[in-house]
Amino acid sequence: MLLTGAEIASEVLIEQGVTDIFGYPGGAALNLYDALYDRQDRIHHHITAHEQGASHAADGYARSTGKVGVCISTSGPGATNLVTGIATAYMDSIPMIAITCNVAQSLIGKDSFQEVFITGVTMPITKYNVGIRSVNDLADTIRECFRIAKSGRKGPVLIDIPKDVLLAKCEYTPAEPIKTEMPSKPDPALIMEAAKMINAAERPVLCFGGGAISADASKQIASLIADGHIPACHTIMGTGVVSFGDEHDLGMVGMHGSLIANEAIAEADLLIAAGIRFSDRVALNTGKFAPNAKILQFDIDPSENSKNINVTSFVYGDLKDCLNELLPLIEKKERTEWFDSLNGLREKDYYPKSIPGQLRPHEIMEIIGEVVGEDAVIVTDVGQHQMWAAQYCKATRPRGFITSGGLGTMGFGYGAAIGTKFGVPEAKVIHITGDGSFHMNMNEACTAVSNDLQVITVIMDNKVLGMVHQWQNLFFNQHYMETEPGRRTDYVKVIEGFGGHGFEGDTPEHFRKALEEALTIQGPSWIRCPIDPDEFVLPMIPAGKTVEDIVVSEEDLY
Amino acid sequence: MADTYFNPTVIVMIVEDNPNVLSRISLMFGQRGFNIDTITASHTHDPKFTRITITTHGDQTVIDRIVRQTHKLVEVHKVAVQTAGTHIERELILVKVEVKEDQRSQIREICEIYHGMIVEMTRTSMILEMTGKPPRIDAFLEVLEPYPIIEMTRTGVTAIDRGPEPLDYDKDRAYA
Repeated sequence: MLLTGAEIASEVLIEQGVTDIFGYPGGAALNLYDALYDRQDRIHHHITAHEQGASHAADGYARSTGKVGVCISTSGPGATNLVTGIATAYMDSIPMIAITCNVAQSLIGKDSFQEVFITGVTMPITKYNVGIRSVNDLADTIRECFRIAKSGRKGPVLIDIPKDVLLAKCEYTPAEPIKTEMPSKPDPALIMEAAKMINAAERPVLCFGGGAISADASKQIASLIADGHIPACHTIMGTGVVSFGDEHDLGMVGMHGSLIANEAIAEADLLIAAGIRFSDRVALNTGKFAPNAKILQFDIDPSENSKNINVTSFVYGDLKDCLNELLPLIEKKERTEWFDSLNGLREKDYYPKSIPGQLRPHEIMEIIGEVVGEDAVIVTDVGQHQMWAAQYCKATRPRGFITSGGLGTMGFGYGAAIGTKFGVPEAKVIHITGDGSFHMNMNEACTAVSNDLQVITVIMDNKVLGMVHQWQNLFFNQHYMETEPGRRTDYVKVIEGFGGHGFEGDTPEHFRKALEEALTIQGPSWIRCPIDPDEFVLPMIPAGKTVEDIVVSEEDLY
Repeated sequence: MADTYFNPTVIVMIVEDNPNVLSRISLMFGQRGFNIDTITASHTHDPKFTRITITTHGDQTVIDRIVRQTHKLVEVHKVAVQTAGTHIERELILVKVEVKEDQRSQIREICEIYHGMIVEMTRTSMILEMTGKPPRIDAFLEVLEPYPIIEMTRTGVTAIDRGPEPLDYDKDRAYA
């Protein structure tokens, strides 16, 4: 059938199984929105307050469902507003399609109204991007972009469509949803060698990350831990894969990871890296990271081989495939001495204490765990609250903890939480934020209100930009330059103004009550939880240091 | 480092002949802190593909990272590090020098020895052309030292493997 470019783009999205898209209309996008008008029964467009919110929503949708998230914008500022969201998805390898419209090709390169060379802008933050030049290429290019976004190491792909291409007509033939391409089976010799390394290890430790979730390998990770009797820690991106409190679980590793996880890596004779990329927040000092260990790395991206840390053996492949091949070869070993020495460290670790009459961050997470339980999907912003959420998160479902790990995007949370609620409407979406992050994109409350989304925002309000404040306290002589902005926002009034519900959660009891009530309300709620501005995220290993320099109590700080 | 700097590594890539493909590759080098000493790009006998030759420097770890990161780019179908001895490597130079009338024969002599050519002559200047391996071009410039250079340009290195075999690459590579 003969369709316009705008109609073809919409049809290809539908044909590729897209049901929800997030975006914002505009001049160059008018034709595309007109095509979507006629297809509202088959594809649902959700307008956000700001294109950045749309990009984070598409990202949250992708993270919570495992499907490709799609966002759309008009040309120029609409496209540049997507940039932070695309970069966020890129750093965490999230499959996303960003469609930007552009001015007509006759106007390109002439600094026309709302013209931006967005493929140039987004080149370093996309897995691939492409500017469409002819309507004849449109359908196949979009399909190819879906394939790229969800194949191998996933990532965002941007498609820029000029207005004249949206208008032009060509023959459209529907196609099947594109198949995801996975790497070939892992090399059996490498798997054999990996098994030998693991079976021979006296003090092995497993560290898994976002790759475990992306590869849907949670079960295999759990089996490896149980079958091999191997202690395991995770990066922030791996939160939720292993049951909290499992005897093998050492918690999070890295700058704000547990003492036991960091010690385990320092003392291990074998580090099994599964879908992690040794970022500077995990391998704080690359020269001294896992100094006594052989490193066995599993990754779907060959360029991760010895990128940040030189590894002993690198197994290329899909993590699920790799572990499925590996598991039958793993021998169960007691490793009593290893577990005893690790368990001996547990009492030296940091455990926050409750203070009567005060609401502390760990209590907020505990109450969420108790009240919401297994149904919760925790979505965070970035900062101290994010670390507390990760440290004390008891979520045990993969895709149950959504956070901007790599880019650390303040303002990510609300958009992502909205996308998550669209993606998994049956889940209880709890958006945990801080007063700093929340001021960046709280405008998305209007989106939650318009769509009657039950997204519960818990604001850890310490009236400071906590993470930077903490660093200024420790390393900059308590010069709190611009981290005490003196805001007097009345959150309850603000959300009521938007048309949602607001609560004060100033004590553990009030917070619990507010949360229980919020769960009965359709539409968004905000619960403000005042937090002491001098709360620290602990433990902490200063940047570039090792576990020898870990700080595990407030008393050690000064 | 000094050692590797003077022994640049030649990397040949076969990439799809798409708009912006050259920017994408050079951008990746900038993004990840790799260096491009020279870069050349041209069409090949297969209209779908462009051949890019980059010379860079760094130790083996850096070269390995460059190869892996380059190969990760969707439009790159082949990345090959040319190891010394198995390939032909050439660069072309055009240099405009100030030459007095009584110096012309000396220039002719230099060109003869270096297999260069005089491509233009005015009353006060000459344009010389020479092709060779980069060190040979350096040597050519060295002997031209007494003649003030008005302008010069070098193309950067291009390279091809010896022997009857073509550089093997997957024409239908679909990056996962």
